[in-house]
Amino acid sequence: MMMLEVENATKMFGGFVAVNKVNLTVAEGETHAIIGPNGAGKTTLFNVVSGLITPEEGSVTFRGKKLNKMRPHDIVNVGMARSFQRVNIFPRKTVFENVQVALLVHAKLHFNPFRQAAKLYHDEGMELLALVNLEDEADRRAGELAYGRQKQLELAVALAANPKLLLLDEPTAGMSISETKASIALINEIVEKRNLTLLFTEHDMNVVFEIADRISVLHHGEIIATGLPDEVRDNEEVKRIYLGKE
Amino acid sequence: MTNRLQIYVLIVAFVWLLILPFVGSRYSVELATQILIFGLLATSLNILVGYLGAASFGHAAFFAIGGYACAYFLTTLALPLVVSMVGAVLLTAAASLVIGFFCVRLNEIYFSMLTLAFSMLIWAIALKWKSVTGGDDGFVGVAVPEFLGNYFTFFLFTLGVVSVSIIVLMIIGNSTMGRVFIAIRENQTRASFLGVNVRRMQLIAFVIAGTFAGVAGTLLALYVRGMYPETAFWSQSGHVLIMVLLGGMHAFIGPLLGASVLTLLEVTIGQYTEYWQVFVGVVLVIVVLAAPEGIYGLVRSVSKRIGGRQDDDA
Repeated sequence: MMMLEVENATKMFGGFVAVNKVNLTVAEGETHAIIGPNGAGKTTLFNVVSGLITPEEGSVTFRGKKLNKMRPHDIVNVGMARSFQRVNIFPRKTVFENVQVALLVHAKLHFNPFRQAAKLYHDEGMELLALVNLEDEADRRAGELAYGRQKQLELAVALAANPKLLLLDEPTAGMSISETKASIALINEIVEKRNLTLLFTEHDMNVVFEIADRISVLHHGEIIATGLPDEVRDNEEVKRIYLGKE
Repeated sequence: MTNRLQIYVLIVAFVWLLILPFVGSRYSVELATQILIFGLLATSLNILVGYLGAASFGHAAFFAIGGYACAYFLTTLALPLVVSMVGAVLLTAAASLVIGFFCVRLNEIYFSMLTLAFSMLIWAIALKWKSVTGGDDGFVGVAVPEFLGNYFTFFLFTLGVVSVSIIVLMIIGNSTMGRVFIAIRENQTRASFLGVNVRRMQLIAFVIAGTFAGVAGTLLALYVRGMYPETAFWSQSGHVLIMVLLGGMHAFIGPLLGASVLTLLEVTIGQYTEYWQVFVGVVLVIVVLAAPEGIYGLVRSVSKRIGGRQDDDA
């Protein structure tokens, strides 16, 4: 079964077509990258898939279930979690509290007004933090962490929902070269450990060719090529537009 | 950490209030009754303002609904006290569910404006529905039961009802649900991508806050032995909001502190000048500028400087 199928998705902002008749499939267990320069429509496509915005046309099917008109919280609850290009966490809460609240929402405890929260999910939370190497920062305010570490925290928060499909929007944006390498290795490791399907957008080509099973190239809102890394690398049009060399 | 400190403060305050009617003057006991009622009202509002991060400008509406309903059930329908109070609180809960349903559809200033609009609607109903509310003259002569007839027993009754309500609100504040309210305050988008139906949680918080404002309203009706349309007026909502900000919205006991300090300021300065509102205004400006986290925040930062180490709670 396909994990994710995007069919003919179109999203317009006024007269501007941000995403144009996009078709995209991601198989279970696949690591799929979407590349393209700024303004190609990557984030808009992510927002369509995760329910933040509704497309004008087309449909998104997740594990055989149509997601039309489903809101973000419904989509999370059927097994898809995401990160944002700009870090999206609870900056004034501690690192531990960030994952703790994610865990208790996943357990549907947000409807319980009597269960005292303070000591809940300590071990599970620390385990998640250990997964992203943040266990030593548990008591710090999340907003005080270095940018790259905030991204790692957001990854842990997304993982707390125990997703089948993980959407990472530019997971290495704003990182130095060494940070990028480290966090890509980490993401790769987590994806394998947890048997996740990963869909991510990225601007750094080296990163993409390193870990992606398949790559789709987005240009002016349209997918102009999709395939194995080598196929995409050798695609004449892709070369001309993006790689800009040879 | 701070949480434990707050519980100690509450216990000390409770014990002191328990002794007060035996040693204090009638005046001080009645003042304490009033502070308890407004303290509960402010604490209920803080579920919205402090925890959820939604500033309601119309919280007095639920205070008034609870009060009028209790007065009507007790006096006009001659129902027993417990039935009247519980009935009034349930009615307030229902009203906050209906009003909240519309209000939580909007965010920030639009939310605040809509709560204000609904409260003015309630005020207009209190003013015009003469057969039930007594209109402009107010609902006069609430049939307060015999045993609550004197200031002494009424104070103990109020202390009991307010204490139980405060304990329940504190449990809710520290619960998993309370954590999610705070998460919504901190970052709505992230909260919804954790799997939270943000609108639904906002509505739940709205109903909790409205319900406990209704409890405070029933006590007011019994205390004043009447209800007047001004209780629902926007200035009353503002008054409670000021208590919350003055005491500190990010601490559970902040609104209780704010209600105490504001009430005491009003009566103390009121003894010396009829322009007391000017002085209260000046104090508020100073607090807001110098201590944006209110009195509680001020006390905490002073104690931090002295050497204690404390964490945030809400």
